[in-house]
Amino acid sequence: MSKTLSVDRRGFLKSAAVTGAAAGAAVLVPGATNAAAQQGPATATASTPPREIDPPSTVEVLTTDRPGGDFMVDVIKSLDFEYVAANPGSSFRGIHESIVNYGGNTAPEFITCCHEESSVAMAHGYFKAEGKPMAVLCHGTVGMQHAAMAIYNAYCDRVPVYIMAGNTLDATLRRPGVEWAHSVQDAAVMVRDFIKWDDQPISLPHFAESAVRAYKIAMTPPMMPVLLVLDGGLQEDPIASDVNARLRVPKLTRTSAPQGDSGAVAEAAKLLVAAQNPVIVADRAARTPAGLAKLIELAETLQAPVINQGGRMNFPTRHPLNQSANARPLVANADVIIGLELTDFWGTVNASRDSLVRTSRSITKPGAKLISITALDLNTKGNYQDFQRYPEVDIAMAADAEATLPALTDACKRLINADRRSALAERGKRLAESHATALDRVRTEAAYGWDATPISTARLTMELWAQIKNEDWALVAESGIMSDWTSRLWGFEKHYQSLGGSGGAGVGYGAPAAVGAALANRKRGRLSVTIQGDGDFLYAPGVWWTAAHHRIPLLAVMHNNRAYHQELMHLQRMANRHQRGIGRAHIGTTIDNPNVDFAKIAQGLGVHAQGPITNPNDLGPAIKRAIDVVKKGEPSLIDVVTQPR
Amino acid sequence: MKRVLFAAFVLFQAVASSAQTPQRPANAAPAGNAEEGKKLFIADGCYQCHGYEAQGSSATGPRLGPKPIAFATFTRYVRAPSGQMPPYTAKVVSDGDLANIYAFLQSRPEPAKDIPLLKP
Repeated sequence: MSKTLSVDRRGFLKSAAVTGAAAGAAVLVPGATNAAAQQGPATATASTPPREIDPPSTVEVLTTDRPGGDFMVDVIKSLDFEYVAANPGSSFRGIHESIVNYGGNTAPEFITCCHEESSVAMAHGYFKAEGKPMAVLCHGTVGMQHAAMAIYNAYCDRVPVYIMAGNTLDATLRRPGVEWAHSVQDAAVMVRDFIKWDDQPISLPHFAESAVRAYKIAMTPPMMPVLLVLDGGLQEDPIASDVNARLRVPKLTRTSAPQGDSGAVAEAAKLLVAAQNPVIVADRAARTPAGLAKLIELAETLQAPVINQGGRMNFPTRHPLNQSANARPLVANADVIIGLELTDFWGTVNASRDSLVRTSRSITKPGAKLISITALDLNTKGNYQDFQRYPEVDIAMAADAEATLPALTDACKRLINADRRSALAERGKRLAESHATALDRVRTEAAYGWDATPISTARLTMELWAQIKNEDWALVAESGIMSDWTSRLWGFEKHYQSLGGSGGAGVGYGAPAAVGAALANRKRGRLSVTIQGDGDFLYAPGVWWTAAHHRIPLLAVMHNNRAYHQELMHLQRMANRHQRGIGRAHIGTTIDNPNVDFAKIAQGLGVHAQGPITNPNDLGPAIKRAIDVVKKGEPSLIDVVTQPR
Repeated sequence: MKRVLFAAFVLFQAVASSAQTPQRPANAAPAGNAEEGKKLFIADGCYQCHGYEAQGSSATGPRLGPKPIAFATFTRYVRAPSGQMPPYTAKVVSDGDLANIYAFLQSRPEPAKDIPLLKP
């Protein structure tokens, strides 16, 4: 049989003329017609017992050694994916098989996940640690539905996730039952509002172009997830010879990030250099390690304070110009504020109150100038409202902040004369003193409740810091709200040491994102650490099995406050507002009675685990034991019962 | 809007009243029972934002002990907070309960000095 039969899927299932070696194959139903064969594989029936006939007039072609999925793997390999994360699903069985056999299960290697939300969130965390996307395969319809929230988180966090979903387009070829339930006219529609681009290729050459295009679009700021819908027939059918002749892998050329208009850059520099109290606010500004260095250069050029809102590792925590601890008074006193890739510029310069009547007010000085640089101005959608309230700024650059920083810094340097340089140096000294004072204040505050049970979050933070600070560590996720102790007390210096949050605040991001980032860090021998919330853990705990199965080293220390605590506080607010007391606020908001034994769950999933730990003096030794396990290449979890925040 | 104005009026009256009355010393709160106050601090949900030890959180609410603000100011704020804190009216927490909670806050220990893990 030819390797590239010129038949489509329908023809493939029809009887084919018998030639060569196939001539001797058995036909089970005598006199089978093409029409009969179309109804499925031929089978024996009671009325017509199978018997050999010789010679057969026709025979089904039952094998191929060059399915479409193989070519899809050729294309995917050209995009340099390290991993593809997936919960297995029959709608992508063709490409799945091509990945593990034809592709040798390397680049990409198949990562077995227990939930599509885990697959996507792993890819989300992986990107922020690695700087390149992870591929994800999703089962048709139900898999995409599971994946939806994690896709939304990645969208809000401006993270490219490369998603491929299975589907069966030809209704006449669907298997009865489940395959119909998992097929859909427009698979992308349910997530189209929160992805950047999608396509459903109808041929392999079409797939090749769309696969490369999807990568290019996903990786151009503002980065976001993309989706390719893979028809089952396209994956499974033999590659027709005429199609084979046209197959090629298109060249990928990455689009350079958009830089701010030169006139706007010059105007912004003029304002910043002349300002008495400029403030730099950064959220998702440092996309890469270079972005961190560029922001340091701008801040040092201006001797201006930096407020890191933490969407990325924008600025070292111990740098004297890091003034995140003084954010509110700095914004209130600023005459120029520049926002770099801010999620919420309006919220940065306004205060709002969640009271019976919601109110808000500006917290900036009259006349303060606001400068915005964000690639989000190039791509804003309408349905989901993550774009926040409209900020009234004075200069708005629809551009990537990291790409714009060098030009802005150069423009500032050109404007700084000797007198100005002297004034800036004085400002830098004052800010350094303020930074030191703030750090002392934080250390003092951390001491309160130090020996408390449940364990204080400050104690947890510093017991952990003591064990990791001399390692090559990375805090890959922090899914509980821990009073910002880590950013206030730890010395974050390198870009990979903090990856920011979920983006869309969809709970359940923390554990899988941590596992994904830890997977990226594994080859570097880096100690990946996560602070794991209890509510987050319970969304899709199967990801801990994935970590154990694929031997992904990760130290997880739980912030277990035995509640969906944010919601508990919301219930308290409602109950107080209605003057009913908070006696029932725990209903529907706490995770106790019984207390969850997280260590036992983790152990059951193959993860080394300790706890629950309630005595603060037991915490340090437990962390040491866990690190020993992680250094052997395994995940390890410690359940710590903590204060609420 | 009417409710906002009313609330503002009440708050103004409270502040004005406070300004006209000689200030009590900060520690001259009504005698309260710290043990009872500890129970109320949990039952009334104060711990949710301020922690079981009233140690505070940068995310949700400031530290309240061991040297709380003056009792009159404390009471005024609890009844009609100006920030994000939800209001606790007398219908929910009585003045007596507030005195007990205040006693609990006063009873919080000062932290140990020179904790090794907190040294620079």
